[in-house]
Amino acid sequence: MQDYIYTENLCKNYGSVKAINNLNLNVRAGEIFGFLGPNGAGKTTTIRVLTTLTRPTSGYVSVGGYDIRDEIDKVKKVIGVVQQHLSLDRDLTVRENMEFHARIQHLSSSKRKQRITELLEYVELTEYADKMIDMLSGGMKKKASIVCSLLHEPKLLFLDEPTVGLDAQARRRLWDLVRRLNKDGTTIFLTTHYIEEAEVLCDRVGIMHHGQLIAVDDPANLREKVGSIVVETLVDNKDTHYQFFANREVATNYVKRLPSEVKTVIIRESNLEDVFIEQTGEKVGDP
Amino acid sequence: MTTLGDIYSVFWVDLRNMRRHWKATIATSLVLPLLYLVAFGYGLGRGVNVGDLDYLSFVIPGIVGLTAFSTSFNGAASKLHVDKFFYKSFDELLMSPVRSHSIIIGKSLIGVVRGSISAIAIYLVGLILAPTLLISPIFFLMLLLSCFVFSLFGVLIALVVHTHHGMGNFTTLVILPMTFLCGTFFSLDQLPAVAKAVLYFLPLTHSANLLRATVLGLSFPWLSFVGLLIFGVAFFIGCMVALKRSSV
Ligand SMILES: Nc1ncnc2c1ncn2[C@@H]1O[C@H](COP(=O)(O)OP(=O)(O)OP(=O)(O)O)[C@@H](O)[C@H]1O
Ligand SMILES: [Mg+2]
Repeated sequence: MQDYIYTENLCKNYGSVKAINNLNLNVRAGEIFGFLGPNGAGKTTTIRVLTTLTRPTSGYVSVGGYDIRDEIDKVKKVIGVVQQHLSLDRDLTVRENMEFHARIQHLSSSKRKQRITELLEYVELTEYADKMIDMLSGGMKKKASIVCSLLHEPKLLFLDEPTVGLDAQARRRLWDLVRRLNKDGTTIFLTTHYIEEAEVLCDRVGIMHHGQLIAVDDPANLREKVGSIVVETLVDNKDTHYQFFANREVATNYVKRLPSEVKTVIIRESNLEDVFIEQTGEKVGDP
Repeated sequence: MTTLGDIYSVFWVDLRNMRRHWKATIATSLVLPLLYLVAFGYGLGRGVNVGDLDYLSFVIPGIVGLTAFSTSFNGAASKLHVDKFFYKSFDELLMSPVRSHSIIIGKSLIGVVRGSISAIAIYLVGLILAPTLLISPIFFLMLLLSCFVFSLFGVLIALVVHTHHGMGNFTTLVILPMTFLCGTFFSLDQLPAVAKAVLYFLPLTHSANLLRATVLGLSFPWLSFVGLLIFGVAFFIGCMVALKRSSV
């Protein structure tokens, strides 16, 4: 399968901060790739490099099969980007923002009308089309950002923390939308620091930490590698310890042999957070 | 053709944005120049002569020039600043296929619109106060050119200044003094040679010269015309460099 995103030894330094540190990444055509990592891991910086906003310090990057240095115009044609922060003109309506995006993507006037109507329906925003962005709820703003990025039918869509600040329902609806887009042929690259989101939504997940990719695989494989069962124990009522086991039987045996001072014991299936803890010794969200 | 189309697309969104509050936008840009006109032109300056001109005729083109200057500059700079830091929509433009030169010119046009509307409004008030002023096509051309150059200046500053405070400081420390000093309220001939030479390195000086000459029917100041063009080109090149740098 073709690599839609390919990076080789990608580095981005801000002064002495290594925002991206030797990143080797490949995202395949047709997949939903999740980029998981805590605050400051370098997720947004990676997206900014892949979407031509930031120039890398060193390394090779190709997006959609095009070299990001020499074929920047071709790269721009295949990508759609929804930034971490709202990036719409808030004093304009949804439709006006869409019109603007369609214009700068060089859509003809009839094509603009058609795509705008189509997309508004696709995300069920038609009745809000002429509302100012500032009047919309958080979930609708996100949807508005997404439709603005889809006008030119990008083959590759970047979503930087698309569900931050949304309630549980809105989040699920957004996941459905992402799945639908993916099914209709769009390759998706999304970042998140929600474990659950990466697990349920993504075909493959890359875990980023301090600018480095520490693991890439599909969620099930990642869990299996660290052990599918976790035993959490609380020692001295303050430190949580994690032990990983291949199956429940081994885990139960281990628990039986624990000294009696260990009081609280939880046995559960592992998740991506455990993968993260195992790989880094930190929890997602730790500074 | 894509260049023209792109420039229009970039301009279109600013125009849409302005349509929502154009009355307040224009009205507020007129307050200061009208006060200048009344206080300096009509109040202080009556009976005073500059060379063989009465002060009112002298100062009106100056005030038209400073209005064009500050309104164009602020119009272009503030919208771009808002796009960059408040809406964050400027990134969208940078990620689009629109080329740098179209972005720069497109982003300057809102300043041209706002600057020329305000300056023409002041000029019309001036016509009432001093009916000897000419209505000449060259004057309007020079006014448009001035607004374009000042708008490019605004785009440049919004591209290189990264904070809200920075923008405010620049306006107070650079733009405001320029509006008073560049041959707007008094003739540079009254100044010592050194001061005069320094002021000739500011764009508004040339714009004020051009506007005054064309509205009073004096001989056309070619030097200032070339000077203003050079400023325009320099600002444009500055913008291109700043845009290139912004992707680090
Ligand atoms: N423009 C910049 N100038 C200087 N440092 C920067 C800049 N942008 C990012 N950084 C630094 O690079 C590192 C990675 O930041 P980045 O925004 O990519 O993280 P992130 O994974 O997206 O985090 P979050 O989950 O908070 O969005 C951080 O240490 C950040 O301070
Ligand atoms: Mg981020």
